[in-house]
Amino acid sequence: MKKNLIEDPFEKEREEKGIGEMNDQNDQVTMVLRHRDVRKCAHNWKDYTSAAKPGRIVIPSEVNIRETRQIPFELDPPKHGQYRKVIEEWFRRPLKEDYQEKLKSQIELLLDEVIDLEQVELVHDFALKLQSRALTLLLNTPFEESETWISWGTHVFRSEGEALDGDKANILYDYIDKEIKRAELNPTDDLYSMLLASAVEGKKLTHEEIKGVLVLTFAGGRDTVINAVTNTIAYFAEHPESLTHIKEEPEIVGKAVEELLRYFSPLTQIGRVVKTDSHICEHAVKADTRIGLCWASANRDAQVFENPNEIDLTRKMNPHVAFGFGTHNCLGASHARQILRILVLAIASKVESIEVLDGEENIEELGVFRRKVGYHNLNVAFNKIENK
Amino acid sequence: MAKITFITNDGEKTTLEGTSGSVMSLAVENGISGIDGDCGGVCSCATCHVHVAEEDMERVGEASEIEAVMLELADDVTEFSRLSCQIEISEGIDGIVLTVAE
Ligand code: HEM
Ligand code: FES
Repeated sequence: MKKNLIEDPFEKEREEKGIGEMNDQNDQVTMVLRHRDVRKCAHNWKDYTSAAKPGRIVIPSEVNIRETRQIPFELDPPKHGQYRKVIEEWFRRPLKEDYQEKLKSQIELLLDEVIDLEQVELVHDFALKLQSRALTLLLNTPFEESETWISWGTHVFRSEGEALDGDKANILYDYIDKEIKRAELNPTDDLYSMLLASAVEGKKLTHEEIKGVLVLTFAGGRDTVINAVTNTIAYFAEHPESLTHIKEEPEIVGKAVEELLRYFSPLTQIGRVVKTDSHICEHAVKADTRIGLCWASANRDAQVFENPNEIDLTRKMNPHVAFGFGTHNCLGASHARQILRILVLAIASKVESIEVLDGEENIEELGVFRRKVGYHNLNVAFNKIENK
Repeated sequence: MAKITFITNDGEKTTLEGTSGSVMSLAVENGISGIDGDCGGVCSCATCHVHVAEEDMERVGEASEIEAVMLELADDVTEFSRLSCQIEISEGIDGIVLTVAE
């Protein structure tokens, strides 16, 4: 059984209609399914806004559990650009060599911790740790902070059984409030301090705005990275020939990671609110309803990708939208790409083979569509390369 | 061997020499500002967008269909736009001048 197959539930609707529909907490979503339309709608912020009520462009909607506007995510141009500019350089730090060196030693150390175990539960005991520790590099905070974040569990907003959990969100908000106050009294060279020292149009960022940036950084980079890491390991477990390929030609790792991101699409969709009545694929969309930019569907569009349901680690042309497209494209992409590239190379250099023991899939229910995004838990055993 | 000149947003000119690989890789290896090559050259990020000098356009050639689609919605796009990860270095493009897009 190919456990790591991630099927494309959107194919039929994408080809026949171009859209899918889902009802999310009585707030209708028209899911945009074709690559071309997803990109066009993402580009068209005038008709499809991100600057809606906080939480509304997330699917499932978070309007009932938060009031803080996530920045720059829930802003439109030109304001979006002014705020994005404040943090853009910061989020490019993963391109620096010393950042990559530190990330590499973190990841290799973690792999060494689990490689000799009889079995390891990948989601909590590997991916969550990896993601949390790596985030200390992105925020430039002490490594020990990751212990706290790991203790929160896999979801900042969601907890098992319930789709949206307000209590979990409070833990995060209280933590961030505390950290902002701490940085105000004792500035360091972390992200909080940088934001406290920043201004937009000559006005210092407010605590609420800083909180908006940080909530996004915590929430946006959590499930996505955890699913990408878990799925990547599950993939190599079932495709030893691909692991051999990376060992023999490590230089393909960049292309390989892009292809895995396309195939996994860790973020299924993000919404926009329709400003005026319009049409998508001849289908009417009404003002004040939502559209969903379905990155996961666009990434399997046969109009763009040959053999879209196959993983081809050397795919040369790969205009995937796993990190979104246009104005709001993912600020964490450099960090996420480095994590995955370093992880794949570390596995190739240390691991002979990986065995999947058992696990529970994480399936999103989106109207008539059911999409696997990863696992709730996945037990595997690593077989180490023995040094002769 | 080909000499390739980059003009960055601050107006600075840099000429580099390369023998193979993509123009994007050459630029990234040499720290040409404004060419980031985030996706490693698979036509997904458009952070390698350049404007080819008009007189060099014929030698560099046209964008493929997928590249053209990618460029369609890029910022600062003109009829001379190309994604530099899709331009292979060869003798045929010796002497071209590329302006990094905004
Ligand atoms: C593989 C992992 C990841 C995937 C697949 C992913 C995906 C995405 C997507 C599709 C968007 C576009 C949202 C939109 O169009 O409204 C986005 C935006 C964003 N992501 Fe990520 N993301 C990942 C990791 C991260 C990480 C690690 C961080 C930071 C710690 C992060 C921070 C952000 C931010 C700040 C934005 C908003 C940018 C803006 O509005 O200008 N992401 N991400
Ligand atoms: S490097 Fe990403 S499109 Fe050229």
